[in-house]
Amino acid sequence: MLDTSAFDLRRYIQGNTHNLGVWITLFALIIFGLLRYENFGGTYNVSSFLNYNAMFIVISVGMCFVIMAGGIDLSVGSVAAFTSVIAAYLSPYGIQVALPGAVLAGIAFGALNGFFIVVMRIPPFIATLATMLGAKGGALVISGAQTISIDWSSNFTKLGLELAFGVLPWTIVITAFVVVLFWIILEKTSLGRTVLAIGGGEDASAMMGLNVRRAKMFVYVLSGGCAGMAGVFLASGFGAGQPLEGIGWELTAIASVVVGGTLLTGGMGSITATVAGALLLGLVFNILNFENGRGVISLSAYWQMIIRGAFLFFVIVFQSRVANSGKRGTH
Amino acid sequence: MPNLIEMNRIKKSFAGVAALQSANLNVTPGEVHAIIGQNGAGKSTLIKILTGVYRKDDGEVKINGNVAVISTPREAQDAGIATIYQELSLVPLRSVTENVMMGYEPRTRLGLINWTAAHKRTQEILTRFGIDIDVRAQLGSYSTAIQQLVAIARAVSMNAQLVIMDEATSSLDDQEIEILFGVVRELKKEGVAVLYISHFLDELYQICDRVTIMRDGQTVAQHVISETTKLGLISEMLGRDPEEIKAAGMTGLGGNSKAPGEVLLQAKSIETGRGLKDVSVAIRKGEIVGLGGLLGSGRTEAARALFGLDTLRSGSIARGGGKSAFKTPAEAIAEGVGFLTEDRKREGIIPHMSVRENMTLALLPQLKKMGHVDRKRETELVEGFIKSLGIKTAGMEQPIRELSGGNQQKVLLARWLALEPDILILDEPTRGVDVGAKLEIQSIIREYVDKGLGILLISSEFEELVEGADRIVVLQDGYSVSELQNPGVTEESLIAAIAHHHERTA
Repeated sequence: MLDTSAFDLRRYIQGNTHNLGVWITLFALIIFGLLRYENFGGTYNVSSFLNYNAMFIVISVGMCFVIMAGGIDLSVGSVAAFTSVIAAYLSPYGIQVALPGAVLAGIAFGALNGFFIVVMRIPPFIATLATMLGAKGGALVISGAQTISIDWSSNFTKLGLELAFGVLPWTIVITAFVVVLFWIILEKTSLGRTVLAIGGGEDASAMMGLNVRRAKMFVYVLSGGCAGMAGVFLASGFGAGQPLEGIGWELTAIASVVVGGTLLTGGMGSITATVAGALLLGLVFNILNFENGRGVISLSAYWQMIIRGAFLFFVIVFQSRVANSGKRGTH
Repeated sequence: MPNLIEMNRIKKSFAGVAALQSANLNVTPGEVHAIIGQNGAGKSTLIKILTGVYRKDDGEVKINGNVAVISTPREAQDAGIATIYQELSLVPLRSVTENVMMGYEPRTRLGLINWTAAHKRTQEILTRFGIDIDVRAQLGSYSTAIQQLVAIARAVSMNAQLVIMDEATSSLDDQEIEILFGVVRELKKEGVAVLYISHFLDELYQICDRVTIMRDGQTVAQHVISETTKLGLISEMLGRDPEEIKAAGMTGLGGNSKAPGEVLLQAKSIETGRGLKDVSVAIRKGEIVGLGGLLGSGRTEAARALFGLDTLRSGSIARGGGKSAFKTPAEAIAEGVGFLTEDRKREGIIPHMSVRENMTLALLPQLKKMGHVDRKRETELVEGFIKSLGIKTAGMEQPIRELSGGNQQKVLLARWLALEPDILILDEPTRGVDVGAKLEIQSIIREYVDKGLGILLISSEFEELVEGADRIVVLQDGYSVSELQNPGVTEESLIAAIAHHHERTA
C-alpha cells in the first residue's frame, strides 16, 4: 500500500493487485461456508476459529516484517514451543507476569537472531535455523520433555476463556491490537518504510543514509516477540506448555505471508493481506472439518494437509494471474 | 571564493594496495566541477571517502573551511552532501515519494508519517524540474532518466550544498541528458555545487566549470575547463604525449577500408515484431560494419534478428555458402556467431563466479575430454586471454564483480573470442568503460578483424563509429536508409545522414 491518507478505492485496488487474489479467495470461502454449513457463521465457530488461529496470525505478521526486510525467520515455531513452557511455569504468578515473561523470552531469541545476522553477518536462513534447533532443545531441557500444565487456579486461564468487554476472547482482542499496531508501524512510521526499503535494496538503503542495522535488528526482535506471544496463546489454548509443538509453524507463517502477496525477496508486503492469508489457511481446515461433520466424506488429517497444500498452490497461481492482468490494466 | 569542499592529501589503501596516494580536491559553491580519470584512477574511492562510505587513512576533509569527520552516508547527507551513484542507489519497488523523502519524511503531530504532505512536497520538487509524474507510483515503473532525476530531487529536498553525480548520464538518451543538464544549471543558479564524474568528455564542455584530473590514485591537474582541449585532457588522464595519441587517432579501431572479403551474413529487407521494419545489411569477412542511428532506430533489434533471437515477419537472412539463417541463438553460436550484449550486468557477467568461469562458460562443451573439463587447456586458454587482452585481475580465480567495468568487458569479449567466431556482434562494447580500456578494447577488435573476423558494431558514440567502422549502415525508425563508406566519413556526415532522413520522413 503506497498511500492511505486520501483513500481512493480504485487507486487502492490498482495498487494492490498483488494481494487481490487472497481477499477474493477468502471471501469466496467464507460465503461458501455460510451457504453450505448451518453453524459456520455461529458465534461458537467464529470465536473458536479465531481463538485457535490467533497464534498463527501473530507469528505470520511478525514473519511478514522479516520477509519484507528481505530475511527469513525459521525459529518462530520452536521459540513459541519454548515460550509456551515459560508461560506455563510463570502462570501461577498470573497473566500479568506470564505474558510479558514469555514475550520477553521470545524477544531474547529474536535479539539473538538479530545479533547473528546483523553483527556477525550470518545469513538469516542459517542463523535462524541454528536458533530453531537451540530453542527446540531448550524447550525440551527446561520442561524435561513433558507438557507443563498451567496453574488452573490463576487468572492465566482467563486469556482464552473470558470475554474482553463481554464480546470476544482476550486472545482475539490482543491479536487485533498487535495487527493494528504493526499496520501503523509499517504504513506510518519511518522505521516501517525503512524495513521495506531494505528489502527492496539493502545497499541502496544504506546509501540513502537509512539505519539499516537498526531496522534489521528490529524485525528479528519483533518476530521473536510475536513467537513469544504465540507461545502464550498456545499454553492458554491447550492448558499446558507444549515443548513438542510448533513443528512446521514457520512454514505455515511463511505460507500466510506469501499467500498475502508479500514478495519473498522483500521490499513489498502488506500486514492486512498477511492476516487474510493466515485466516485463509485456517479456514481450509475449518471447512474440511465441517465437511467431515456432514458424514458424507471422512478425510483424515493427512488428507487435509494435502488438500491445504494444493489449495495454497492454487491461490498463489491465482494471485500471480490477477497481479499480472492488473499490471497490464494500469500501464 | 572560499571553498565549499576541500580535500587535502587524502590517502587510502585496501588490503595494502594503495588506491589513493595523495589526492586533492576543492569545490567552490555553485560550480560544476568534473573529476576525470581512467577506471582505477581513484575517482570512486575519493568520492566514497567524501560521502562516508569509506574512511580515509590520512589527509583532511574540510567543509566550509571547517575540518569535518564523515564516517557514514547519513553524516555526509546531514553535512549537505548528496550523491547520485552510477548504479542507482534508490529502491525501485517503493514509491517515488518514499524514495525522495525516505528518512526525512514530514510528520504529523503524533509523530507518524504525513503522507499527504510528503506526496505534495515531492510533487513540488519534481514540478520545479519540469517533471509531472504520479509520485505515488512505484519508482521502478519509470524510465532510468526519471529515476535519475528522482535521485536528484532527493538531494534537493535535503537542501544539499553539493550534489555528486557519478556517471549520471551513462544510461540516458540525448533528450534525457538535456533535461538532466537543465536541472544541473538550475542547481547551479541556486548556489548548489555539483561534482560531476563522467567518461564522456564532450559532456564536460557543455556543463562543467572546472575539471580535476586523476591518475594512479593522485590528482595530476586542475583546470578551468574552457582553457583545456579534449586531447590535452586525454593525454593527462593517460599520462601520454598528446602528439602520440593524435597520430594513433582518438579511437583504436582505425577504420581503414581494405578490399572486403566474402559475405558472411546478409539480411535483406528484414522485418520483426520488435519495431524493425525494413533493414538490409551485409557483414563480410574482415570488416567492421557499423549500425548508426538514434536510440530506438532499431540497431539492437537488427542485431537480435541476425542472431536468431527474434523471428522474421518478412525479408530474408542468408549466410555465405547459401546456407539458411539461424533459427535460435544456440544455432547461431554453434555456427560461429557471437553476440556481446549491451547490458553487461544483466545479460553478461555472473558476478560471483570467477574470471576463469565467466570466460569459459560458453566454451565448456568444447573443453570436455572424456566427460571431464580439461583443466589444463582451460587454464592455458584463460591465461592466454588475460595476457593478450591485458585484463587487470589479481588472478583468474578472482570474482568478476571485483573487476572494473572495462576489465569485465574484456572478459566477456574473451568469452566470445575463445569460441573463435566468424562473426561477432558488439552492442555498445565500450559503454561505461574508461578511455584507456576503451582504446585497448578497440585495438583488440581491430586485430581480430585483420585476421578475418566480421564485426557488426553498434555504438551510440558517433566518434567510435566514424573512426572504427569500415562501412556504416544508417538506421532510422526501423528502416535502413543509407550506407556510408570509409574512408571519408566524418561525424558531421554521419549526423547529416541520420538527420537528413529525419526531415524526409517528417
